[in-house]
Amino acid sequence: MPQEAQKEKSMILQKEMINGLFDELEKAKETGKKVCYTFVPGNLSELIRTFDMLPVYPEINALQSAMRKKSGAYIKEAEKNAHSEDVCTYVKCDVGMMLKGNIGPTGQKIPEPDILLLSYTGCFTFMKWFETLKREYPNAEVIMLHTPYQENGEIRPEMTEYMVKQLREEAIPKMEKISGVKFDEEKLKKHLKLAKEAQDWITKIFETTKHRPSPIDAYFAGVYYIGPINIGFRGTQEAVDYYKELYSEIQERIDLGLGPITPEGEMKEEKYRLVVEGPPNWTSFREFWKIFYDMGAVIVASSYTKVGGVYDMGWRHDPERPLESLAEYCMNCYTNLNIPQRIDLLSKCIQDYHADGYVTNSIKSCNSFSAGQLGMMREIEDRLEIPVGFIESDLVDPRYFSYSNIKNRLESFFQMLEQRKIITATEEVV
Amino acid sequence: MKAIRELIAECSTQAFDLHFTRAKEWKAEKEGRVVVGYMPIYFPREIIHAAGALPVGIFGGGDRKQVIKGDAYYQSYICRIPRSIMELVLDKHTAHFDGYIFPSICDVIRNLSGIFKQQKIGKFVKYMDFPQNFLPEIGGVYYQQEMAHVLKYIKDLNGVEVTTDALNHSIGLYNKNRELIELIYHIRQEFPWRLSIEDVYHVIRAGTVIPVEEHNDILKQVCAHIQQDIGKPQDKIKVVISGAFCEQPSIGLIRAIEEAGCYVVDDDYMLGSRMIMGPVDPDTDNPLEAIASAYIRQSQYSSSIYDVHDPKELRLAKIVKDRGADGVIFASASFCDPSLLDAPIFQNAFDRMGIRYMAFQFSENINQFKVIKEQVGAFSDSIKLWDEEPIVI
Repeated sequence: MPQEAQKEKSMILQKEMINGLFDELEKAKETGKKVCYTFVPGNLSELIRTFDMLPVYPEINALQSAMRKKSGAYIKEAEKNAHSEDVCTYVKCDVGMMLKGNIGPTGQKIPEPDILLLSYTGCFTFMKWFETLKREYPNAEVIMLHTPYQENGEIRPEMTEYMVKQLREEAIPKMEKISGVKFDEEKLKKHLKLAKEAQDWITKIFETTKHRPSPIDAYFAGVYYIGPINIGFRGTQEAVDYYKELYSEIQERIDLGLGPITPEGEMKEEKYRLVVEGPPNWTSFREFWKIFYDMGAVIVASSYTKVGGVYDMGWRHDPERPLESLAEYCMNCYTNLNIPQRIDLLSKCIQDYHADGYVTNSIKSCNSFSAGQLGMMREIEDRLEIPVGFIESDLVDPRYFSYSNIKNRLESFFQMLEQRKIITATEEVV
Repeated sequence: MKAIRELIAECSTQAFDLHFTRAKEWKAEKEGRVVVGYMPIYFPREIIHAAGALPVGIFGGGDRKQVIKGDAYYQSYICRIPRSIMELVLDKHTAHFDGYIFPSICDVIRNLSGIFKQQKIGKFVKYMDFPQNFLPEIGGVYYQQEMAHVLKYIKDLNGVEVTTDALNHSIGLYNKNRELIELIYHIRQEFPWRLSIEDVYHVIRAGTVIPVEEHNDILKQVCAHIQQDIGKPQDKIKVVISGAFCEQPSIGLIRAIEEAGCYVVDDDYMLGSRMIMGPVDPDTDNPLEAIASAYIRQSQYSSSIYDVHDPKELRLAKIVKDRGADGVIFASASFCDPSLLDAPIFQNAFDRMGIRYMAFQFSENINQFKVIKEQVGAFSDSIKLWDEEPIVI
């Protein structure tokens, strides 16, 4: 029997925030609030809030459906409707959910979109996804905000200028038209100020993994921590309060010398510190996590927690440059970084957080992450002479989670880490 | 004028010369010349030409290059073209190339540009971020800046400062190129037996690896030949092929479709060479603006262009109608996100419109076509034998 997960105050806070959002969404028609579908990478929470709109994140609905074991049926529904077996399973889960009445993960109906805001950051599939949604919701206003890719590892002035023009001349006027709310730059600045504050806190939170033992798992628990900042609460006082509370809980763990909390309680011994590249599998999330904590492995940093924004390199929203800041935010999300930038970022994490190994969880249906991962892994192995592991799964398609294969591969990887520890210890003695 | 078979033979050799020999010869003819490789789908080759360089299309190794090293870079669930491009590069097939351009098309090609950067392949690597904003003063301006970025890379290599006159001249040459290609399709629309789709493919693909002046000369001769009443009609339906715009089917598969009973009267195999419909203004003071404007206003539909203001299903339906086609064959490369994600959009719309279609997947290296040929044959028969009722396979 799986044990009941321990719940701390921050967890309860987060649950209240998310439930509150879904309650508001359910009542959107009655309250007259406009609904904006958008994506996590490059999400413009502060701008959406400036227009008093409610956000819906289709990929969050998909992963929540997967965690509730509903995604398999949704995916099959989409495949009956000409969707290929080989494309993004977030898309198929979302389409399937829509075909089955658009009942969201909390069991409440998700309202139709008034706006489809595509900030198109680091993933072509987002673009195809919204092309599909536009056919289903022909009355929704479409805002395409093209985010240039950091192809040369830099944000050139013309890239920011291009995005600001799109925001000023297309996105904002359309949002004004649909919401009936006039754009108020001062209001946006206030949200950006709060966003910056939340970003400071979340950076501090993820930096706590430098401690030994690490007080948190920056991947399996990290995906919960990034919830509020990624799904519409960035730019609110609620998010700041949540992260303050979370930080104080973590600080308490540090003071007590405690390791991370897992679904089965506190992890007693930290044997291996890892950096993970790629999203987690959501359909068997607990089983997947258990393989790691059973082996005493804690994830000290992960790329996935940076999909909604890379804050640990110092970037923050700047209320004094509101539109430029929104543009730079979009361009700075993890999957909008080129491959050499990703390698540098992950290498820095491995060094700064004193990781023993590097694991890639390669997602079958996510080319934005997966294409290039093998080259990245080899480069990191060569550069840092660190053991690397490679496993394959999928986002929300339960057919592609093979527990035995993943466990076998990880066990071999952990044996390699153990061997490395013995060799290093022997060398130190000599 | 050369005989048609002689022209086709020449094109066939060039089209599948995976050592890019003509580019090598061209480069050797004069010191300091620059060769720039570009990946599918589309790149404004005019600007490379105007900078005194040679644009060369890289469309993968097809079924003519065994992939070993390339497989080490890509998981099994990623399409084949990036691995065969890696194989070509690592085996030095493109050792005479100076730079590489990766047009924005999908996440795989985008990340391949990063692998090239990481491996320091070529003297420059440019991911060309085509605008998804279609306002000339926003997306158009950004596109011009992207082109200027490419020109700077080339200038750093050959010192050529591109002039307005040079750009206008190059625009004129590529206008002619597209005009002649379109003439081939126009003639074939009515007389598809005069030149098989296999031959058309060879002729157009050859143009991606040789200088445009030489290709225009070939196209003029091919057009002159097919304006004559040559060949004999066969009892075949007319179809449009859609979805094979990046990774290319092998020539055997292209041939098999026609052999199975379908005249292919339009396709997107070499979409990049036909992307801009109609001429780009060849006589302006701002040729980059003219190229950007043509991209924004005159582009063919494409899976890599956000289309909600000009839905692709309506545009493909119009092609079907204009070409007098009986149906559509959706041919998607395995694991090709843009093509496969478009499939439900097309197929749901065509169900409503009563346009007949069939769909299959391929990879560039498959050379067993029996199943696909049988499917295509059944599709053709179903239309020929039961024409009154729209039939969906």
